[in-house]
Amino acid sequence: MKQITDFILVEKNDYGRSVLLRLRSDRALPEIQPGQFVQVRVDGSPSTYLRRPISIHDVDFQHNEIALLVQQVGEGTKHLAVAETGDVINMVLPLGNGFSIPEKGEKCLLVGGGIGIAPLFYFAKVLVENDIRPTLLLGGKTKSDIIRLADYQQLGDTFVTTEDGSLGEKGFVTMHSLWQKEVFDKIYVCGPKPMMKAVAKLAAEKNVWCEVSLENLMACGLGACLCCVEDTVDGHMCVCKEGPVFNTRRLKW
Amino acid sequence: MTIDLGRGLMLRNPVMTASGTFGYGEEYTDFVDLAKLGGIIVKGTTLHPREGNPYPRMAETPSGMLNCVGLQNKGVQYFIDSIYPRIKDFDTNVLLNLSGSTLEDYVTGAEMVDVLDKIPAIELNVSCPNVKQGGMAFGVTTAGISQVVSEVRKVYHKHLMVKLSPNVTNIAEIALAAEASGADSVSLINTLMGMAIDAEKRKPKLSVITGGLSGACVKPVALRMVWQVAKAVKIPVVGLGGISNATDAVEFMLAGASAIEIGTANFIDPAVSAKVADGMKAYCERHGFEKVADLTGALDS
Repeated sequence: MKQITDFILVEKNDYGRSVLLRLRSDRALPEIQPGQFVQVRVDGSPSTYLRRPISIHDVDFQHNEIALLVQQVGEGTKHLAVAETGDVINMVLPLGNGFSIPEKGEKCLLVGGGIGIAPLFYFAKVLVENDIRPTLLLGGKTKSDIIRLADYQQLGDTFVTTEDGSLGEKGFVTMHSLWQKEVFDKIYVCGPKPMMKAVAKLAAEKNVWCEVSLENLMACGLGACLCCVEDTVDGHMCVCKEGPVFNTRRLKW
Repeated sequence: MTIDLGRGLMLRNPVMTASGTFGYGEEYTDFVDLAKLGGIIVKGTTLHPREGNPYPRMAETPSGMLNCVGLQNKGVQYFIDSIYPRIKDFDTNVLLNLSGSTLEDYVTGAEMVDVLDKIPAIELNVSCPNVKQGGMAFGVTTAGISQVVSEVRKVYHKHLMVKLSPNVTNIAEIALAAEASGADSVSLINTLMGMAIDAEKRKPKLSVITGGLSGACVKPVALRMVWQVAKAVKIPVVGLGGISNATDAVEFMLAGASAIEIGTANFIDPAVSAKVADGMKAYCERHGFEKVADLTGALDS
């Protein structure tokens, strides 16, 4: 069941362009699938009138805590980045449909680009809890985009690309040598649309099942306003309600 | 708290949710007990299915938003077969917002909805700014509105609410034409036509360039129009446009509205509609109004 809940910012870590926010509520968290998202009420200023959809980076059910990894890209995320511990932040959660959980024994590759690495953390954690050790491929423009690398490495074999070559292999995620060496049963992707399209194309060439997580501009987050639609084989579908995770076979890419 | 809008449309309280902002009600049942609302007005529906406009369909603006969804819906027949059975037993009034591209579409759609027992009213949408043909075209001239309302009136026997466009020179004239053609009530305002530009990219932010503006920023315009229309017509006026809390709702009642609709605010606080209903009741108690209906037009001017 979805809820509207006030959270208190209990911890904040700065990663340059991004911040990691740990938010706690005194209310039990609902069930949350990896890949689902929250709608954050930023501060109600005229320039942040609507809520902001943010993917769920991590969940701690024991302490009713949600972690969000937020990159400063627009007004909303900039305002969120200056929140201070003790601030109350209202969120609607959990929204959308998450990643499909694979069968035991299937080899999974999780590909994140830029801030798109955020939801893969909780996803990898849930996979590990299900006795599936994923492989992770994280891409960024530069070294500082690869946030919490050591923590990702705890969850699975983790490979990195950066466009400037400052960490891991130089180039885009689609150029990593891993693609020549390994074969996967399922590929999951979150990142900028051009990057997701490139990975989806690669997956299609290899005839591998692939899911992507989209982030179209949205207003309600509940499937009511029909603003965030993506073209699919079934017509215009709301990313907030039918997605954000879609199997690439359904998308008209 | 009850409101009688006429021709069988009785509301438990003046609060309804605006079309296109509350889905089919199902999207909000985790947040709102629908029995606390006067009614819900479900998504704008046309005779034939529509895919709507391409993405992007939304742009945030100061204290508001633009949309150009373009009436994406699966058509009246799909509504009757697949959606109506799921929502007909909601413990609130379920109104259908009916739109069209041609006069025939409106009339056929209204005929099909007329036989649905649990739909006590339609809100006739002659004011959508986001479709190329019809839609707003009918709503911006007295001749257009007279034609569509009188034709629909012939086939539709329940409460006929007509949703007015603010994109006109004299909204009171349009409201009078709707009244004279058989409307049981008018609701206003639909969105204000607007535009947003991304200066860095030198591109419009919406796929079809223009869209409808809604949210808190439109409230003063909506309030003024409700006041003007309520002075002009004898049928009930349903006020909407930027209502975000109970105080806003009371202001619309004072300006002459008999009921109100909550739109964009549902996106910001999915539970807002029930809170507004509670807050209006509290206002009445605090100010000694025995009936919420007594607020209508109670502006001390």
